Formats: sequence, structure tokens, C-alpha cells
Amino acid sequence: MKITVKLFATLRTDRFEQDVLHAESGTSVQQMIDMLTIPPDEAAIIFVNGRHADLRTALSDGDTLSIFPPIGGG
Amino acid sequence: MDKILRIDMGSSGGPKCTVSDLGGYAGFGGRAMTSAIVAQEVPPLCHPLGAENKLVIAPGLLSGTIAAMSGRLSIGCKSPLTGGIKESNAGGQPAQVLARLGYAAIVIEGKPAGDDLYKILIHKDGVAITADNSLKMMLNYDLVAKMKQEFGEKICCISIGPAGEMKMNAASIACTDMEQRPTRHCGRGGVGAVMGAKGVKAIVLDDTGMPVRTPRDPEKFRDANKRFVEGLMKHPVTGQGLPTYGTNVLTNIMSEAGGYPTFNFQQGSFDGASKISGETLAELEKKRGANPTHGCHRGCVIRCSGTYNDKNGNFLTKQPEYETVWSHGGNCGIDDLDAIAMLDFLDDNIGVDTIEMGATIGVAMEAGIAKFGDAEAAIAMVKEVGQGTYLGRILGGGAAVAGKVFGVERVPVVKGQAMPAYDPRAVKGIGVTYATSPMGADHTAGYAVTANILKVGGYVDPLKSDGQIELSRDLQIATAAVDSTGMCIFIAFAILDQPETFQSLLDMLSACHGVSITADGVVDLGKNVLSMERDFNARAGFTKDHDRLPRFFSTEKLAPHQVTFDVKDEDLDRVFNW
Ligand code: SF4
Repeated sequence: MKITVKLFATLRTDRFEQDVLHAESGTSVQQMIDMLTIPPDEAAIIFVNGRHADLRTALSDGDTLSIFPPIGGG
Repeated sequence: MDKILRIDMGSSGGPKCTVSDLGGYAGFGGRAMTSAIVAQEVPPLCHPLGAENKLVIAPGLLSGTIAAMSGRLSIGCKSPLTGGIKESNAGGQPAQVLARLGYAAIVIEGKPAGDDLYKILIHKDGVAITADNSLKMMLNYDLVAKMKQEFGEKICCISIGPAGEMKMNAASIACTDMEQRPTRHCGRGGVGAVMGAKGVKAIVLDDTGMPVRTPRDPEKFRDANKRFVEGLMKHPVTGQGLPTYGTNVLTNIMSEAGGYPTFNFQQGSFDGASKISGETLAELEKKRGANPTHGCHRGCVIRCSGTYNDKNGNFLTKQPEYETVWSHGGNCGIDDLDAIAMLDFLDDNIGVDTIEMGATIGVAMEAGIAKFGDAEAAIAMVKEVGQGTYLGRILGGGAAVAGKVFGVERVPVVKGQAMPAYDPRAVKGIGVTYATSPMGADHTAGYAVTANILKVGGYVDPLKSDGQIELSRDLQIATAAVDSTGMCIFIAFAILDQPETFQSLLDMLSACHGVSITADGVVDLGKNVLSMERDFNARAGFTKDHDRLPRFFSTEKLAPHQVTFDVKDEDLDRVFNW
């Protein structure tokens, strides 16, 4: 299946901004994060299709996964 | 910081000063001080631009000490924009300087009979008030340059631009930053119009010869401050995220979350978000030799601010805040950072609130005055505000006024004040704050975006109504207290997540004032402030029907999540039941 992955802020360093990655069906958010070698405490905010997801969320073909480090503002 | 300076601008024979001790206001600072004085002394039914209104300027409880982050200034009055009580708060140097000069508050009262414009100098030897009509309609940057020429390099300024003199609802009060640029604004609620109505153009402060404020227990204080700074540095948001990207790091996440109001609140994400995001902004600033990590006042260790250079590498404006990038950017369909930075500069120079101004232009675009995305038209509109043309005066009246004049239904205001950069349908906690805050739609009053979106201080699903009342209530109480200390609200990211950092703040307050301040005491202070504010508003004619969002948020679904604001009215009425 194809997953659009978007990375933000410091997570882009040495990685990418946006890419379409191939994964086996049933791949979880955790497995994608491991694949991207993102340390667990840096994947602080995770969206799948614009909704908060957690590490166990299973991805489906065509999903957009967005990962943010801890950020804030206002 | 043990005295109050009162300046009666309406006294026969010219403005007159009196200095008194704190009396019944002892123990108050910042927002607690401004709201207490306004609630007690201003007739709630007075006209905001009349002689009976008062403009109260107060540093926080910790301002003027060595406490990190303690330089926020509160300005309060009855608001010409909302008709209710107002506390508007900004960084910059004035809070520290005013506190070192020993003033817990300046209260500007009355109204001059003629149309003379005054400048006020406050220094260690006293106060001098002089009419200076050469300052009329002067822009903020020119004004500060002139004040520096006249009073020397060591001053800081609190001033209004032409918008304040024209008594526009969107008029702000500018505070100078460390480099003496008028970039930090008490923006919300039209406080600049009240200063204009009092005939005061500038308050110039000089603390030469005044020592840093000494806490009651200096040793304990120093230790607590050290732990406090360590806590801020350790937290990833205050230690890393904010310094690196500034507040505008939120553009991408809000657009991803579908809560980024786009085209005047027509949709919840913006295709151009990446082009104006904090990531892009920080890179551009570095490329042009500007500074993406800058503090707005001495003692700020988070340093969320920055500077923005134009294409030729010359300083144009401060790093525009997230709220500004949104209001002048995505909200108006504009995805050009240079245009947004120019609008930020114009707003600061003319002296208008960037949130109100951008929201108003969004409403004007919806009415067809210009097309969404037309940056040149937006710049021209703000220039008209500064010139005071007929169109400019309507726009300077704010989003609610412009919406009425132009016949627009979708007008994003509560109590007459424009909503900031989070759509309440997709971030329901902030919707509760917008609806119920005594200030009108104000994100800083109870920043539920923390738990709704950023997963700081817990998690409450932003798309559901469950838990939003409690979240907003707790944050509104905590914020009212923090706003009284002089602390920048961004410390909240660290104190919400790290109990030991919250404790260090309590220890600092206790050591400063020589009394034991507990977490319960802070909560009581917050409740007390909100109660005074709500009581003023009730006496000014506000009812529970004013604690509501505009109807379209309940009837129009917001894409992409197809959500409406569905927190029940009876639940909104529970926010202040404690
Ligand atoms: S964190 Fe930002 S807003 Fe707060 S005091 Fe520092 S520069 Fe000013």
C-alpha cells in the first residue's frame, strides 16, 4: 500500500518534507516511525488523515501520515 | 513597586499627577491590577472614549526583578471594541522599566478639553507631561526615533500611532523591544483608541539610576529562578521548538489538523500553508541574514521572536507571529511571506492589532472589496487605515463593524472582537474560550490548543465536545493568574507538563513577596480576576447570550472534517461555575 508521509520542523533534518512510501498492508504508525529512524520522544504529535493517531494505529492504503516533534506557539 | 501614579488629563489648568500608595490594590500586579482598578473605578456604562474611562498600565508581580520571562505589561480599560472590560498584554521593555521606577500602575484618567496631544516622561526624578502637537499623526517608528533624539538612547516607549489618535476600534498600544523598535503591541480590544481619547501620544520611560527590584528573600529567589530557567530549557517546546521556529511553527500543524481558518473561516486547511510556515520563515530569515531567535525583552530565555529582513537584507519588521501570518496570510488566501511581513510592519507603524486587521480584511474580501489572495489590495487597505480615508476608517473599526457595513453574514467575532487563528469547530476547546472569555474572542485567555492539538498538559480530542468545558475553565483560571505575574504565557508549556517547574514559579513568587504562595493560592487569584471581570461585564449589560459564538459556526460544516461547533449552550454557561 502507499502512504503519504509528511514530516515537520526538526524531523525534516536529514530526512524529507513529504514522500510517498510503500508499506505492507496493516503496517502500524510505530513501524513507519521505526522505518524512518525517528526516536520515539521526537514523534510527539501524529496525525493520520488530519486526525490524532497513536503508535498502534494501523495504516490503510492512501492514508496521509503527518508527524511532528514537540512544538507549541500561540 | 509600591506606588500608583495617577494622571488626570482633564484637570483644569492642564494634566495633573498624583502619586499614592497601593491601598486596597496591594498584592495585585499585571492583569489582576488592571482589572481590579477598572472594575472598581470605571462606571461600567460609561462611553469607552469618554472622560470616565481609565487606562491602566501595570507591570506584573515579578516584573523588574531578575526573574526570567517577567517582562509582560498589562493594559486595561473598558474596551471600545467589545464594550466590556479589557486587559491587553505585550512584551517589550516597558514592564521591567516601569517596575524598576517603582510603579505598580499608571492610571490615566479624565480627558483634556482641547485637542492638544501630550507626551509623558517618567524617570527617577519624577514625571513631566508636555503638550507636543508636532507629534500629531506620527507613525510609531518615527515617533520612537524622535523620542530617542529628545530623551536619549536609554529610554523605552509606550505609544500610539495614527490609528489610536483616530480612536479606531482596532488601535493598539506599541511597546518598544530591546532594540527600541515599536514591535510589541497590546493589540486587542482597541486600547490604543482609549489612549488616543486621553490625548496621550507617548509615555517615555527611563530607569537610569534605578536598581533591579530586590526580592524579600534574594537567595531563595535566585535559586527558584535558576530551577525555573532550567525547567524552561529542558522542555522541548520552550527549550527548542519556540526558539528555533517561533510561534509560526503552528501554521503547518493547524492546517494539517483541519483547524486553520482559511478564506475568512470558509475551510479548515490552506493549500499555501507550507509556503508561509514557520519552517519556511526561519529558513528565509537565516538566508537573508536576519535572526530567527530573539527575545522581546531582557530576561526572556525562550526567545520565540525574531527579525525579518526584506529581499535586500534590510530590517523590515519583527518576525511575524503565527497569529499575524494567519490573519494576513491564510485567512485572506495570501501565501507570500514578504507581503505578510509588510502588513506586519504597516500594522505596527500605524498602530493596529494584526489579528483584528487581518480578520477585517478577510471580511472585506468576502464582501468583494478585493479578491482573496490579492496581497497588493490587502496592503493598500491597511495603508488606507493609516491615512484615515473613509474606507480606512471603516476597516479600522474592526471586523464586526466592517461586516455590518459591507453586509457580510460570516463575521468571526465574539463580543465584537475578531477570532484568532484556530477554527472553533475543529478545535472545540478554544471555541469554549472564545465564547466565554470576558475579553471576547481571545486565544490567549485559555489556550486549549495545548491539549486539543499539541498534546501538552494532557489530551482532549479537538473534534468532540467532551471535556472542553473543564479544559477551558482550568486554562482560563491559570491564565488569569499567570497574566498577573508578568510572566510570558509561553511558560505554560513547561509548567503544564513539569510539576517541578510550576513549583519553582511558586517559590519565586513566595520569595519575591515574602509570603507563602501555594498552587491553591494561584488558582484563587485566577478565579478572583475572572470574577471581577465578569462582574464588570454584567454591570455593563452582558448576559449569557453574549457568551456564544456567531451562529454560522453551528450551522456551516467546516471541511475537511465536516464539523460544526456543537458544545451546548447550557454547558457554556457552566464554565465559570466553580
Ligand atoms: S517567549 Fe516570545 S513573547 Fe514570550 S517574552 Fe520571549 S520573545 Fe516575548
